[in-house]
Formats: sequence, structure tokens, C-alpha cells
Amino acid sequence: MQHVSALREPLVTGGKTLHDVTQDICYQVEAKPNLRWMAALSVALFFLGVFFYSVYRTVWYGIGEWGLNKTVNWAWDITNFVWWVGIGHAGTLISAVLLLFRQKWRSSINRAAEAMTIFAVICAAMFPVLHMGRPWLAFYVFPLQNTLGSLWANFNSPLLWDVFAISTYFTVSLVFWYIGLIPDFASIRDRAKGPIARFSYSMLSFGWKGSAKAWSRYETVSLILAGVSTPLVLSVHTIVSMDFATSVVPGWHTTIFPPYFVAGAIFSGFAMVLTLMLITRVVFRLEDYITLEHIALMNKIMMVTGSIVGVAYITEFFIAWYSQVEFEQYAFINRATGPYWWAYASMMTCNVITPQLVWLRRVRYSIPLTFILSIIVNIGMWFERFVIIVTSLHRDYLPSSWAMFSPSIIDIGLYVGTLGLFFTLFLLFAKFFPVINMAEVKTILKYTVDNGPTYNPAKAVHHAPAHPAAPGVPASAPVTYTKHD
Amino acid sequence: MKYWKGIEELESTPEFMQSAFAEFMPVKESHESKDATSAPRRDFLKLMGFGVAAATLASCETPVRKAIPYLNKPEEIDPTISNFYASTYFTGADYNAVLVKSREGRPIKLEGNPESPITQGGLSARAQAAVLSLYDGGRLQHFAIKKGSTHEKAEFAAFDSEVRGKLAGAGRIAIVSPTIISPSTKRAIAEFASRYPNTTHVMYDTQSVTGLLQANNGVVPGYDFGRANVIVSLGADFLGTWISPVEYARQYVRNRKVRNDKRSMSRHYQFETAMTLTGSNADIRVPVKPSEMGAVALALYNAVVGGGESSYSNAKLTQAANDLKASRGTGLVVSGSNDPAVQTLVAAINQALGNVGTTVDLNAPSYVRQGDDARMTALVNDMNNGSVGAVIFYNANPVFNHPLGAKVKSGIAKVPVTISLNDRLDETGILCQYAAPDSHWLESWNDFEPKRGFLSLSQPVITPLFQTRQAQESLLHWAGNNTTYYKYLRATWRALTPNDAAWDKVVHDGVATGTALPAAPAMMTAALSPAAAISQINSAPKANGNAVELALYEKVGIGAGGCEANNPFLQELPDPVSKATWGNYVAIPRAMAVANKWEQNDVVKVTGNGYSIELPVLIQPGQTNGTVSIALGYGRTLAGKAGDQVGANAAPFAMATANGIMYNNVVTLTKTDATSPIAQTQTHHTLMDRKPVVQENSLAAYIKNPKEVTEYEKIATPDGLEKPNKVSLWQDYQYNNHHWGMAVDLNSCIGCGSCVIGCQTENNIAVVGKQQVINRREMHWMRIDRYYSSKAHKTDFEEKGKVSTYAAMEDPSENPQVIFQPMMCQQCNHAPCETVCPVLATTHSSEGINQMTYNRCIGTRYCANNCPYKVRRFNWFSYYSNEKFETVNGHMFTDLGRMVLNPDVTVRARGVMEKCTFCVQRIQLGKLEAKKQKRRPVDGEIVTACAQSCPTEAIVFGDMRDPNSRISQLLRREDGERAFHALDSINVQPNVTYLTKIRNAESEFFGKEENA
Repeated sequence: MQHVSALREPLVTGGKTLHDVTQDICYQVEAKPNLRWMAALSVALFFLGVFFYSVYRTVWYGIGEWGLNKTVNWAWDITNFVWWVGIGHAGTLISAVLLLFRQKWRSSINRAAEAMTIFAVICAAMFPVLHMGRPWLAFYVFPLQNTLGSLWANFNSPLLWDVFAISTYFTVSLVFWYIGLIPDFASIRDRAKGPIARFSYSMLSFGWKGSAKAWSRYETVSLILAGVSTPLVLSVHTIVSMDFATSVVPGWHTTIFPPYFVAGAIFSGFAMVLTLMLITRVVFRLEDYITLEHIALMNKIMMVTGSIVGVAYITEFFIAWYSQVEFEQYAFINRATGPYWWAYASMMTCNVITPQLVWLRRVRYSIPLTFILSIIVNIGMWFERFVIIVTSLHRDYLPSSWAMFSPSIIDIGLYVGTLGLFFTLFLLFAKFFPVINMAEVKTILKYTVDNGPTYNPAKAVHHAPAHPAAPGVPASAPVTYTKHD
Repeated sequence: MKYWKGIEELESTPEFMQSAFAEFMPVKESHESKDATSAPRRDFLKLMGFGVAAATLASCETPVRKAIPYLNKPEEIDPTISNFYASTYFTGADYNAVLVKSREGRPIKLEGNPESPITQGGLSARAQAAVLSLYDGGRLQHFAIKKGSTHEKAEFAAFDSEVRGKLAGAGRIAIVSPTIISPSTKRAIAEFASRYPNTTHVMYDTQSVTGLLQANNGVVPGYDFGRANVIVSLGADFLGTWISPVEYARQYVRNRKVRNDKRSMSRHYQFETAMTLTGSNADIRVPVKPSEMGAVALALYNAVVGGGESSYSNAKLTQAANDLKASRGTGLVVSGSNDPAVQTLVAAINQALGNVGTTVDLNAPSYVRQGDDARMTALVNDMNNGSVGAVIFYNANPVFNHPLGAKVKSGIAKVPVTISLNDRLDETGILCQYAAPDSHWLESWNDFEPKRGFLSLSQPVITPLFQTRQAQESLLHWAGNNTTYYKYLRATWRALTPNDAAWDKVVHDGVATGTALPAAPAMMTAALSPAAAISQINSAPKANGNAVELALYEKVGIGAGGCEANNPFLQELPDPVSKATWGNYVAIPRAMAVANKWEQNDVVKVTGNGYSIELPVLIQPGQTNGTVSIALGYGRTLAGKAGDQVGANAAPFAMATANGIMYNNVVTLTKTDATSPIAQTQTHHTLMDRKPVVQENSLAAYIKNPKEVTEYEKIATPDGLEKPNKVSLWQDYQYNNHHWGMAVDLNSCIGCGSCVIGCQTENNIAVVGKQQVINRREMHWMRIDRYYSSKAHKTDFEEKGKVSTYAAMEDPSENPQVIFQPMMCQQCNHAPCETVCPVLATTHSSEGINQMTYNRCIGTRYCANNCPYKVRRFNWFSYYSNEKFETVNGHMFTDLGRMVLNPDVTVRARGVMEKCTFCVQRIQLGKLEAKKQKRRPVDGEIVTACAQSCPTEAIVFGDMRDPNSRISQLLRREDGERAFHALDSINVQPNVTYLTKIRNAESEFFGKEENA
């Protein structure tokens, strides 16, 4: 039984009943695909085609198809990798950390956010493999038993740590996501009319019965997985940052990178969650589940992490000055004033300045502004990685080797291609899987009218409410709210 | 006695006996297949299935490549063991005594011949690359006779009889060739001339020194730059391209190397238009216009000899004159001008200073330039007026590389009999009726006398690859002498080597003493007196101050004649100064670019002499204001796949005057709308005051205290400032056997690029072509970083702020000082690349070498990112099979070209990282040789390819564990003085040590305070 605050507004609006939830969520799965979805999928599939073409060119002819050179040996590939991995972080944070902190509002967005994590990690994982000169030998990075002698993987290499970090991350996220899906698959299975759907969803639901024991185990497993995932929120991007931090390249060799990268990851992750949620709630009519409140909360997290990132940027400059290391100082002066100043300026504007607009209540509750902001942050975070990788490499120690990088059409194709891959997966997920965790959302519904205080908007607000809702109306009745802090 | 085979036989049951002697066991009928017809059907299907599968498998079998063993193994050839044969490289430009490395009968590399008193083991970049030209698919592969517009293959006998017939009735015959220094070839030509008495032999040089010859009685004096304390060069690029650069470079550094007990070096003044390799090594460099060169020579003459008015005055010229006067007998003045008046004055200056007999040796003149411009011009005119009956071009391509190329072309049309002995159907050969391609010099016998008294030999190291014949033999055949050229040559040498043992020794050594070259015919124009020279200079028309003057120059890679154009190694060799590859360009001073708002890569139209070409501009620091420079030798149209249409031909801009060919002219430049990117391997040109990268100081500081010329970086520790290697998180490696190391003396390195090509040949390094160089993906394992000095320095930080100072530091000075730093894998003891490789593809050897395991490499490129020296090279493409690279890297695509590859070095696959290995295959070979003889390797026995043929011995390689090795001694001696590691403070602990450059002038590289 759930305590419902009289002051705090409900997490699901529209006075939904349990049946309404099932109905709303399953409707998307059971109904014929709508036109907007079909259109979106076609666009995504086109870009997926671009991806496959770019992969073909890369694998068939070589990395030379990209714009890299002897000085800048990583550019868009690793930029995209870090960007995608970062995006994934919000999903884990929402599903694991917020679960442990009993943030109930997470229930309506965690499914989609976790899906986003998994798809983002899939997109991210494309790059470490594709950026290899000989991707067919990618298995060399695994510490496989070697029949030829003692040759093994190099445990000193941050790239090897990456292998473990990313694979662990992907596995745990996938398992966590899937466990959460099982009860919902069972609901769909039970409602399914066609034989194919019934068969598929019964396979997917692993024969879930919904017994009390099963639910108890489900809860336990969720908690354990949340516990396992929580360190991953910190560790994965910490390790990714070590790809740079452990090197000797001025601008990479920085101890601030692990926290800075984690904050940046959550920052960009929430931006991506917002982008996706704002689209999904409209396309699938889930406004009652993903409310403005959710949007405002996520905006706040974005702003906080954005500010952390901003402080990190400034700290880097301070340390460069304070260290008195010539190469380090030049790396940062070059970052801000060198030939790639525009990338640096984009990064600063998008990541540090624009998120501060969230301080304005109007911005944080505005769907169009939030959407624009989330896109801006996504762009800014992409530039952050580009700035770190390319502007550090292009002018390092020996001026004789300084060079510029410009992307080839294949570089661009791979990047937009992974966007295509991501959205293809996400759209398929949104159509065939329940996008909201029905089982968990049901737990946060106020469904027993007489069993406790009822949320009273009139009491809850300290200033005059603008909505006409009458006091004492059961939460299960259709009510419309205007939002407040 | 009988053995039974089984229990059945022993028992001999009737059932057994029934089948015992039958050939087949009776078919056991299963309960299903009672029907006799069903079994064959199924068998048929089975058999057919098997048959199809077997046929498929068989057709999938990889083709068998046959390796045919020697039926009778030649005594001296052992598979996998290299043989070295002494030979000589001379193709009309620079002379190099070489050792040809031959593996299983294939020449694969050229090295310097240390026995040669002239080149002393040094080798020029061109000579290094020459081995690739042997396997050039662009060579004409058989004799050919022009039928209509195409050349058709002809057999030797038919060809010879036809040519003999034609020549007999030809009347006047001319043989056109570059300078020939072969006594036997000259004898063969003489024999030809005696058979056809109306024969003249005309030699012309593509970078003519007629003026010099004229001023010195028809010879090039022998110079000794090593004995000179003051060197003044008026536009002579003697370290790069002038006459005998390897010889001069070797001499030059003799008096440039410094050590604690020899704190002196020569002072080198250079007055020149374009920034040449020599100018970039000069202590004091003064930019002058080509039209001023006469005045400069006159001013120097007046200052040294005394008297007279000079229209040119410059404090540095006065200083040079004073220095020259102060070191009489140990000074040297040379000039690259082809103006006889200038050369007359230069000769007079040397005479007046008493340099003749010390630094100028008129008794041992050089023969490598004998071309007389007047003779060639006369011949061209004769050809055009129809008085020449036959012309034979012997390795000469005047249609392309002579300023009167257009007239040569029209002249050829008027000559009834035209024969080309050139190795390909080049611009000249294609116009000739008969093509009798000469064999490559590596397929030929020949002899040479580069300098009076010094002889050398070339011997064939492979049978001719194609149906070609040595040109000398062709000439002899046409003269009616059917002897082989070897016998002919042997006869020439009979006097020099009376017995076989002496001859064998010469063949073995490749060099000998003695003289055999007949004297060159006297110059057509008489020598000038100094007075006449002065009046000639004074009466020369004054150039218009606003006109743009063009100076034509020769590049270190591609010679002025362009005969190396189809050699992709040389096309991709970065110009030592501009670092540009693949093509020529208009080098302009910054002021001109600013005034006209031109940017680098803008294409301009250059018009002059009634000729025009379009080329991109390159902003060249040091280029004299009001002048531009264009390299000769580019713009070939019939060189071959790699060399065609690379750049544009600038030869027609040269002026053919009565005084000889002048490599300068007045041109007009107009900008076009096009841009054409110049492929430079280095696009940032200043050092940015980065003393940890490369260091230099002045001679004055060195004389004062050698311990203070190098700045050593110290790091703060609890015990005070310490050397960076005192603090380390790493465990050091133990080197129990060898510890290979290299030292590069920046004072000796002149930046010529010989090592770059040596490394490329030795290590099968791919050529990537212009576009990939523009993409900054050249594969050279070894490069020479070149930095210009800048006016801005860190000392300006406080005054002007860091941001604007750093921006200003990116611009080189107008006439900058230059420093060269050869850069290869530093083989760090704490290698940053090794830790980051996820698969241990790059590891540390027990001898201190950072080694690449290509098989293991998956190509993450993390190592390259983490390399502070950026020496790692990635195989972005499959350079040996991707058709995009067939034009430029063709030698890796054909069976013919692949013969040049070093079998000891893997051709790297796509997606694999590669880098300098310290020539680990040579180290391994040396160790095995020593082991076979049960001894330790001797110091100097194991050398890397770059160190082997460095003309200036700037690179010392050896075992640092051996306390008596040259490198150990050097490092001990220079420790705390000039020895430093690049980027010492990041503590990667390189095994390559640099020695601080000492400049015999104030150093402009770092701010004043830091110099103090």
C-alpha cells in the first residue's frame, strides 16, 4: 500500500486506473503501426543504409577512407564512441541509482531510458571495432587462451580496460532491462490475439506467471542488478576517460578526466533521454505518464551536471596555467584560440552557457525549449569530445607534425549512420516492446481512493493555483493539472 | 610354413572359402534394397554428389607458384645471403661510388662505397633511389623503329643493319649526351667518329656550368670545403645539387663538426635567391636577386682585391670580405652562376686570396660537368637549318630539359636520321625514328673518371631485364666493331691494370687511381680577363626594380634534367627546405603574397620568354623579395606512370644567351581562379620556441663553455632539481647483451634527405602519392624536420601577451635561420606506445628496441596518438594491392617491381602500424655473422641504413653497452655538453641522442634572454 502525499502531486496524471495503464501501454504494441511511426522508421532505415555503406567502405578499403592522418589518428571515430557511451549513462543512472534512491518518478521513463542505454552502447561499440585497422582480428583484445605461446592481452592498456568496461556495462544493462520487461511481456502475451504474437511474447516472457514468489524474486533481482549497475555509472566513463588521461598527450594527460567525463556523460545522457521522451510521449500519447514534472526534473539534473562540466573546463585551464608546463599551456591556448577555436566555442556555448537557462522556470517547463536545449546539449557534448580528441592531437609536442583534421564523407556517413542505427532500434523497441514499465507504473498509481490522504492541489500550492480542480476529488477521477514546482 | 590371416582361414569354413578368393565381397542386401535397380541409383547420386564436391574443391585449389631451384648453384650466390658488388652511379649529375646489395641475383639496395676517396661512403638521395629505376616498368623493353606514329619492335640484327645503312649516308652526325666521364665510352664514341668521320659529340648539362668551365680553362676546379675556414657561396647549392654535392658535403662537415677539443668551425656565407639546402645550412645568408649576382661578385671582388666602385653594398658582404681577407689561403669562394663574368671574378678572388692550391685545386679538376652551352646552341641551330644528317641522343632529353626544347623538337623533324639511345620513349625519344634503349647502369659495364686521377667502375649485377643493349655497344656495333663492351672496356684498362689480379682488385673495390679520360674539347668561347668581366657586369642592362625575377633551380630529389621523374621514391622525397613533394611550384616571398593577396596553393600563371605555365604558389621564407623560384625537371609528359604530369616544365624560361644558359629571367605572374594544393609533409614551419624539441647555440657560446650550450630540463623533486629520469613510476629494463643507440649530430646534418630514401629502400616503405601526402599520410619512417626561426619569442609574453605571441611565433622570419632534425623512432626505454597497445603488438626488446609485431597489430592507432615524436605510420590502405596506388607505388604491384623489395622486411598489410625498427634485420644479420664466427659484433659492423650512407656521418649507430663503441665514446664525451634527448622532461628515455647544433653566428631561434 502506498502512501500518497496530499502535497506532492501524483507521478501519473489523468487519473489512470490499473486497467488504463495496461490499455495505454499495450495499445501501442497491439495496434497497427501508425503513419508517423512508419515515416520515422523509413528515415531511420535510410540512415541505417548510410551506415552500412560507410561500414562497407571502411572495412573493404581501409581506415584511409576516413579523414585521419599521421598526427590525428583518432577523430570522429572515438568522438562518436565517447559520445554514444556517454549518452548511455542516463539510462543506467535512471534505472539503477534512482531506484536505489527510491525516486519513484523514474518508473515511467526507466524502460525507455534503459533501452536508450543499450542502443547507445551498441552504437558506441561499433566504433572501437570499426576504427581498428584490422577489425577481423578484434578478438585479439580478449584475453583468450593462446595456443601459440604466452602472448596475451596487455593489461596495462586503457583500451583493454575499455573492452571490459563496455562489455560489462552492456551485459548488465541488457540483463537489467530484460528482467524488467518480463512481467510486461507476460501482460502482452496474455492479451495477444494472433498466434505469432502469442508465441513470440510467451517466448519473450519466459513463462512468467505473476505468482507472488515470482514478483518477490523480481524485486530482489531488480535491486541486486541496481546495486551492480550503480558502480558502472561511475566506472564506465571513468575508464573511457582513462583512454586519454593515461596518455602523454598534452590536453589528454589530465587527472580531472574521470569525474569530468562521468558528469559529462550524465549530462549528455539526460539530454538524449529528454530528446527521446519528448518525441515518444507525443507520438505514443503518453503525456500522462511522462509528465512535465519528469521533464523539469530531468532538466534540473542536466543543468547540474552541465555546471559540473563547466567547472571542469575552467579547472583544466587553471591547472594548465598552474602547472607551468609549456606544452600543456599551449594545448589549452590552442584549444581556445587556435584553428579549432570554433569547436571550442561551440562546446562552451552549448554545454556551459545554454543549460543555465534551466534556472528559468519557463524554460524548464516548456516542451519546445527543452527539446531545443536537449539537442543543443547533445551537439555541445559531441563537440566536447571532438575538442578533447582532435585539438589535443593536432598540435602536440613536435611542431613539425602539427596537422589539421577534416572529416571525409565516410566519417560523416558513419556518424549519421549510427544515428540511423540507434533510431531504427529505438523505433522497433517502441513499437514492439512496452515503452513504459507497466508493472512498476502501476505501483505508483493512487488506486485506493479511501485509503489515505488524497492529493489536494489547492493545499499543495502556496500561491493561487490556476486550475479548477475541486478539493477532495479522487485521484482516480480524470483531473487535469497545471504544473508547478 | 604357412601363416593364417585370420581365425576364419584357419578354420576354413565353407562360407569363408566361398568368398576367400573372390575379388569383391558379395553385396549384403539390406531389407530395403531388394530391388537391384535401386542401389545403383543411390550410388549414382552419391557418386555424383561426391564428384561435384570433389570437382569444386579441386577447382578451388590455390595456383601453385613454382620456386625453381638452381640446377647448378652459382658459387657466390647463397639463398638469403646478400652479396655486395662495387659499382658507380653517375647519370650526368652527381657522382657516387656505390655498393650494390644483391639478393639471389637481384639488386635490392645501394649503399655508399667507403673505399671511394671522393664520396667516402656517402650516397645522395638520388643515388639511393636509383635501384628502383632499374625495375621501372616505363623503360622501353626492346629496340624499336618508328613506323607511322608508333614505334614497332625490332630485332638487334635488322635494326643494326638498317641504322648502319642510314648512318653511312647521313653526312654530318651529332651525338648529344649529358656529360660523359667514362674513358671507355669516350673511346667508343671516338671509334664511332672515326668510322663516320663527320661526327661531332655535343655534351650539355641540364644545370650547366659553362661559365665556370670557361673561367677555369675548361675544367671544374677541385674544391675542398673541408680546408676552408670561410666559405662564401654566391648562389652555389653545393650541399644539395651543385656539381658534386656528396663530395662537397663530406668535406664541408669536416670543418663543421665541433667537440670539446676542437672548438672551431668554418663560417659559411651564402648569397642566393631561392632558399636552398646550402643556404639553409649557412651561418649567414643574404637574399639577393639573380640580376644582382654580378654586382655582388663585383663588390666582393672589389672588397677583396681592392679598388673599384660597386653598385651593391651590404654589411654582411663587407663582413664576408673581411673574413676572407683574414683567412687567406683558407677561404673559398664559389658561385653557382652560369655567367662567365661572375665566375671569372670568383676565380680571381680565389686567386687573389691565395686559395688556389689549398681549397681550390686546379690540378685535380672535376670532370662531372663538361657541357658547353654554345656548342649545344649551335647544334640546335644546325639541326633547324638542315645541315645535320643524323642525330643520336644518348641519355639526353633536350626536347624536355633544354631551354631550346621547342627548337630541338622542330630540329629533329628536319634531321633525316634520328636515333635515341634513351632508356625510354621520352619526349625526345618519341620523336626519333630509331630507339635503341640503353641498358640500366646496374646491367652494364662502365668506367668513370669523376675527378682527374680518380677512377671507378660499374659492373653488371643482373642480366639485362629487357631486350636492351648498352649504348656503347650499340655505337660500337654501328661503327663496325662487334666486340662486347666488357672486352672493349678491359682494353681501355689494360694500361691501368696490367694483370688480372689488378683488374680483379679494381672490380672488387670499385675504385682505382689513375687517369684515362681524354681531355674535353676546348670551350667555344674564350676565357675573360677580370677587367673584361668587370666591364661586362657593369654594362649589363639594369633590371627593372619592379619586375619579378624568376630563378630556376634544381631540386635535391628530381634533378634538373627530370630523368628521375618516374622514380616515385624521389617524387615523394620532401624537398629539404620547403618539404613539398610531387611537383614543382612557384616559391614566392611572403611580402609578394601579402602585396598581391595570394595564398599558398593559389595557382598563378607565370609568363616569360614567350612561354607560360600555371603552378601553385608556395610562400617560401628566405626567398628574395621581388623574386620567385621554380624547380626544373618537372612536368614530364612521357616519363612513365608515376612521373607524367607532375608539375610543369620550367626549362623554357631559362635564357640561352651568347654567354651560356642563364637560369633566371623576368616573368609576370597573374593569379588564376584555380587552386592546387601542394603536398607538403610539414605544414607548420616554426619551432614555437620549443627548446625541449631541438637545441642550438652559437659558436661563441660553445667556445666560452661547451657545458652551457645545451639547456637540460630539470624537474622538481624533494631533493631539489633533478634530471627527469631520476623520478620514474616504471621499472627499468635490464639490457644484458646489447643496448642499441643512435646519436645524431645536428651540426653535421645538412638535411639532404639521403637517409630518408635509404630507409625507404631498406624497409620496403610504400609510396603513397600526392593526395595521400596532402592528407598527411606519407609513410616515411625517417623524416627530417625543418624549422625556421621566427621573430617572435617567448620573451615577448609579458609585453604582448601569450595568445598573440604564440600566434606571431607561427610565422617564420623573412630570412630565417633553419635547423634540421632527423626524426625517427626514438626507441624509448619508457615507450608510451608500448603501454597503450591493447594486444601487445608493440613491445620492448631485450636490446632496447621498441619492436612492432605486425601480425599481432589490430590497428587501434593508440600508439601513434601517444607517440610524442609522431614517428609511427599507419597503413591506411593496402598500398600493395589497392588500385588507387598502382600509379605511385607500382613496384609493389608487378613481379618486375617486387624484385626490388627487401626480402628481409615484411611488406605491411593494410590496417597495421609500422615505424622505424633501427633496421632490426641488419642488427640480426650482424649478430648472426658474429655468432657464426664465435665473436662479439664489432663496432661499426652493424649500422642502420640511414647511418650507412649519410654523406656527412651525422648519424652514429652502435651498441651503448659496449664501452668502446663509437657511440659510447661520443655519448660520454658529449654528456653534459651537447648531448640531449628530444622532450627529455616527459621521461620517455629515448635511445636516440641529439647533439646541439652550433651555429657560427648569433642564433635567432630562441629569445635573447634564453640565449644568454
